[in-house]
Amino acid sequence: MNQFLDPLAWLILLPLLWATLAFVAGDRVGPRLAIAGLVAQLLCALLLAQDVARHDSIGHLAGGWVEPLGIRLFADGLSAVMLLLTQGVALALVIYARSYFSKATPPAFWPLTGFLIAGMNALFLSGDLFNLYVTLELVGLAAVGLVAAGGGAAQIAAALRYLLATLVGSGAYLFGVALIYGSYGTVSASLLGDLITAEAPLAVWLAAGLILTGLLLKTALFPLHFWLPPAHGGAPAPVSALLSALVVKASFYLFLRLWLGPFATLAEVQPLLAQLPAALGAAAILWGSWQAIRADRLKVLIAYSTVAQIGYLFLIFPLLGSGALALQAGMLQATAHGLAKAAMFIAAGTLIKVSGSERVLGVAGAAAHLPVTLFAFALAGVSLMGLPPSGGFLAKWLLIDAALAQGQPWIAGVAIAGGLLAGIYVFRVLRLAFRVTAAGDDETPPPRPAALLEWSAFLLAAASILLGLFAMPLINLLAGVAR
Amino acid sequence: MKRLVRWLTVLALSGLAGALLLAIAGLPPAPVRLAGEVAGNLAASGVSHPVTAVLLNFRGYDTFLEVAVLIIALLGMLAAGLPPPPPTGSRNAMLPTLARLAVPLMVLAATYLLWAGAFRPGGAFQAAAVLAAAAVLLHLAEIQAPWPQHARGPRLAIAGGFLLFLAIAAALLVNGGLLRYPPEQAGLLIVLIESGLTVSLAVNLAAFFLLRSSSENGQILRSTAKMGEKP
Amino acid sequence: MTPGLIYAVTGCLLFVLGLGGVLLLKALLRRILAFNLMGSGAFLVLVGLAQRDGTPDPVPQAMVLTGIVVAVAATALALTLARRWHALTGREDIARVGDAGSRKRGRQSERRNTPR
Repeated sequence: MNQFLDPLAWLILLPLLWATLAFVAGDRVGPRLAIAGLVAQLLCALLLAQDVARHDSIGHLAGGWVEPLGIRLFADGLSAVMLLLTQGVALALVIYARSYFSKATPPAFWPLTGFLIAGMNALFLSGDLFNLYVTLELVGLAAVGLVAAGGGAAQIAAALRYLLATLVGSGAYLFGVALIYGSYGTVSASLLGDLITAEAPLAVWLAAGLILTGLLLKTALFPLHFWLPPAHGGAPAPVSALLSALVVKASFYLFLRLWLGPFATLAEVQPLLAQLPAALGAAAILWGSWQAIRADRLKVLIAYSTVAQIGYLFLIFPLLGSGALALQAGMLQATAHGLAKAAMFIAAGTLIKVSGSERVLGVAGAAAHLPVTLFAFALAGVSLMGLPPSGGFLAKWLLIDAALAQGQPWIAGVAIAGGLLAGIYVFRVLRLAFRVTAAGDDETPPPRPAALLEWSAFLLAAASILLGLFAMPLINLLAGVAR
Repeated sequence: MKRLVRWLTVLALSGLAGALLLAIAGLPPAPVRLAGEVAGNLAASGVSHPVTAVLLNFRGYDTFLEVAVLIIALLGMLAAGLPPPPPTGSRNAMLPTLARLAVPLMVLAATYLLWAGAFRPGGAFQAAAVLAAAAVLLHLAEIQAPWPQHARGPRLAIAGGFLLFLAIAAALLVNGGLLRYPPEQAGLLIVLIESGLTVSLAVNLAAFFLLRSSSENGQILRSTAKMGEKP
Repeated sequence: MTPGLIYAVTGCLLFVLGLGGVLLLKALLRRILAFNLMGSGAFLVLVGLAQRDGTPDPVPQAMVLTGIVVAVAATALALTLARRWHALTGREDIARVGDAGSRKRGRQSERRNTPR
């Protein structure tokens, strides 16, 4: 009977259930279903993390058939961390969205969000390359739907660009999987880990290249990032938060998982290959920060900040060979950024809603009447800049430590430079917000937003700071990740 | 500059094509052979066609998720915005007659495809596609009115099949795993799931064409001509 | 040269052609068709390469069935967005990455068109 309460299975079934019910029932019931479902899912994720901490990895055979005939689902430290991040951030975001959309919800928002989360959970738990393709499409199509929801021409254009990019990415991924099945007769990630040796045929190298490049396109790593700023910058704030904080991390997680798993031997054959994602990551940090400093609209600024922060995630690849530091740095960065970016986007959403202007200049003087929101924005900025004691600081600290220990000081330099650049665009916003405007007494103060809007942003931002102080459980979870 | 980028792209793609052909030519035989495993476990799968067995039993979890993908596409359509209902009154005599002749045959064909899936190529997706095509034909012949955006009926039909699949998947957790069929009931459960999916997928695919925005609704598009009568 | 291998070679060529189409073509409808070509290429390789020694293998055939449904869903979404884009702007293409000049023009007209 206790197999019925398997948290792994329910993490996939629950969001599918409430998303379908939200599809039938409509926008009145949607928020309640979402919140109830996510609370239950967060519980499942915590139970699963507990199980993983005890056993290092949990397996589940879908259909009861052993690989390679069947599909094996599994959870280890890496999946557990991503699942916790997803359920936690999503819960805060649906609570925010409920108040944010109180007057007019974009059509199909609640069911699309549910299917998005279902797809992500299924992705984090899957161990079969073709099944991963289906989950990638689940996530990608739901994300495109959310970007397009209720929008005008600009949003539709952004959604179209995003869709074409994501379809090219998954098309390349699928072709790679086809080559691998032809080469080995199986698409099971664990079996391929043993089958792919240093003498792998050319087809496998091409397949790996296609798969990983497709995933880079979906993660918006420079120079394949062109679709991200319009999509994340143009969508409603809760959607931007979901996309920047969570969706891009899903394809990154898959890239990392394949790099450490089936393609590990290929990466070891030619260590210089690992420098390529790191070089692109460095370029992403510099280019993204530069564009953020120059951005005219607030959400586009934050979107370019995402492009830059994604670069940090790829700096870890030359350092994965020896020791667990780099992996911990990468996952901490992913988690801290997820929390901070979600906070930043919804804080921006509140600011834009109240000021009525999408531009960065519209933030002027906001500190006077939106103190909590500004504080949340500032805290999130602290984590993005990597100031102590935030989670972002700890992630960069571990990254610099690993870089210096393994003789790659340029990575440390790039990390520090990125922090300084982030400081420039964060302070650009804060400086404007704290500007004291010479307001007359007859000027009516702008309407106060619902308290929930401000405090959910604050909660997420505080979490990204506290992550720096309470990171040990996370690091322990990652200890058992097999490489 | 633009032309240079385009020629470089063409060059890169040609290189990729060449590399792929080279890679395929020199591929050694695959170490793992799944065809034998499928054949070996076919008896316990509940159906007698190997592809159906893989689709609904061995890799049934994939099928479960792909139904969700199709629902997402419909949700994306709802999100982006639906077009208005098409104009009516085209006075075409051929199309309604053709529809009235063809649709019953299509329904029959769909039922056969669904039933035959157990032992020859066929199954829920094929049957659903034929049914959806029948619905589109009826719509084009102006016999079937478009569905308003917020209509409950189509949504319930789409959700019903998927929720049935989900309920069975959850119930089977007791048996030790997601979608782990007990061998004696596997055939029955698969037929149940396929029937639900046929309805759900047919309505889903038809909805891509028939769901319209409610702005100009209220028109009754049913052709008043009876069979054989001039409209 | 076995039939499986011929399918696989054709699949590779279709995939590269489709990829080129999505990247280089201008009209949206053609880019969506090119994406379908990519998908068909991948399916041919999936089935052809696995059966290159002549013995049929049901697993990739089932995978292709799943892949076709996913491609249908993706195409439906793409066509929906293209239809909506056409209804809103009357255009049948969106600016591609290399179109530096038209992107600026597009951004200016977008700012004019969408009253936010």
